[in-house]
Amino acid sequence: MHSSPEPTLRVNNLEVIFSDASGVVHALRDLTFNLPHNGFVSLIGPSGSGKSTLLRVLAGLVPPTNGEVHFNTSQPKVGMVFQKANLMPWRRVLENITLPLELGGLPQETILARAHELIKLVGLEGFERAYPRDLSGGMAQRVAIARSLMQDPDILLLDEPFGALDALTRERMGDELLHIWHARRKTVLLVTHSIPEAVYLSDQVLVLSSRPGSIILDLPVDLPRPRTDDMRYSDTFSKLTHTLRDTLQEENNY
Amino acid sequence: MRMAGTKQNTIPSNGGLKRLAYLVVSLAAGILLWGLLTRILQLPAFILPSPSLVWQRFLQSLGDGQLIRHTLATLYEVVAGLLIGGLTATSLGYLLAKSTTLEKLLSPYLVASQSIPIVAIAPLLVIWFGPGIFSKILICSLIVFFPILINTVVGLREVPQDLRDLMRTLKASPFQTFWKLEVPAALPIYLGGLRVGATLSVIGAVVGELVGADRGLGFLINVGRGQYDTALVFVAVLTLIIKAMVLYGLVLLIETRLLSWQSWRQEVH
Repeated sequence: MHSSPEPTLRVNNLEVIFSDASGVVHALRDLTFNLPHNGFVSLIGPSGSGKSTLLRVLAGLVPPTNGEVHFNTSQPKVGMVFQKANLMPWRRVLENITLPLELGGLPQETILARAHELIKLVGLEGFERAYPRDLSGGMAQRVAIARSLMQDPDILLLDEPFGALDALTRERMGDELLHIWHARRKTVLLVTHSIPEAVYLSDQVLVLSSRPGSIILDLPVDLPRPRTDDMRYSDTFSKLTHTLRDTLQEENNY
Repeated sequence: MRMAGTKQNTIPSNGGLKRLAYLVVSLAAGILLWGLLTRILQLPAFILPSPSLVWQRFLQSLGDGQLIRHTLATLYEVVAGLLIGGLTATSLGYLLAKSTTLEKLLSPYLVASQSIPIVAIAPLLVIWFGPGIFSKILICSLIVFFPILINTVVGLREVPQDLRDLMRTLKASPFQTFWKLEVPAALPIYLGGLRVGATLSVIGAVVGELVGADRGLGFLINVGRGQYDTALVFVAVLTLIIKAMVLYGLVLLIETRLLSWQSWRQEVH
């Protein structure tokens, strides 16, 4: 197991209420969970269950209404990958990746060295000077992942990063993500709609109820690492996906 | 590992030359037609001067320094107006884009001010501020103000929220967000406003000069009209057209330089 005594993040009794065009939204209620240090946790739930809201709270984009979000460092650095690659179209691949460190005042050589290292890690060598418009969806997401790692974040928040990709690219990107995670141990929280993806990638899967979202299942994934394709057909795998499917179905019918 | 291929965009290589050839042919045909018209209709020169007469008048006014002096005077007004009006509009536009409250407070005035045709109040401005260069710069500033203001606001409002969120998760300072996100993201729309402003500024300067001035191409047009020197009017008008086109081309050049990342600018012909 990758957990150490001190979890990277503790969320206690988190509640989020905000108002938007359609009125007051009770997005999250009574949410309590820990993210173990360097653990890979997935968050799954019905549409509109406040998964994205939770990530936005953790990223500091939305203030919690009640409860607390407690990181194990005082100035947590957060890397975020959105469903869209969200690259700056006027910057080349390399410049998109260097952006996070340009904000910190580090020497140029340090920034470039780090960027080239990450470009290699995500397999984008040769595309440093390409513009985002010339990239496929999968490649654009690799750039986004490399960019999210630039600041060497304490936690990586992934908001359905492969949601817009086709099934095969999606599986390949999942493997890439695990490869990156093995190379750079990080605490990861992945929001996904795909049950098999959640099981395949994670140490632990959290299931969120429909709105207001709270955790209705915390499922440890007892599959050995590194994960391989044939595990998708193992008994453990199908038992876990079944449990998750049943929980989600019940929640949807409710 | 397998990699998806990149899209290639090809730029036709001899397209520019071809278009230049078309331009030359089209201009030559136009001048030829004009020359034929003056021959056939036998109109007096003060109604429609022949191309050769206009050419002689052009060389003459160029020789005695008249044309250059008035061209520079107008250019000065146009550029000063564009700078002053543009800077004011950009700063106010930035504030309006940032504060919806301010926008709601000011927009009635802005819309009202826009429904007053500048051409109609140009005589007033000349009465109030004199026939000198100041009233012209003021007219130019006013006429370029609105398109640049609107494009600043729209450009900034179009900055994707996801990228704003990204800058926030990276803990970017307000200045960093401005310089690294808002400026480049708003630039395509902003420069579109600047391009319109450059053309309008020329119109503003000439209107001001026609109303009352002691120099400038508009003044030259008035002089030519008063003396039935229609060839001189033609010279002044053609100079104005060329000047407006050069200014427009300059902004366009800045655009293509700054926005080279936009593929559609190369693909659209």
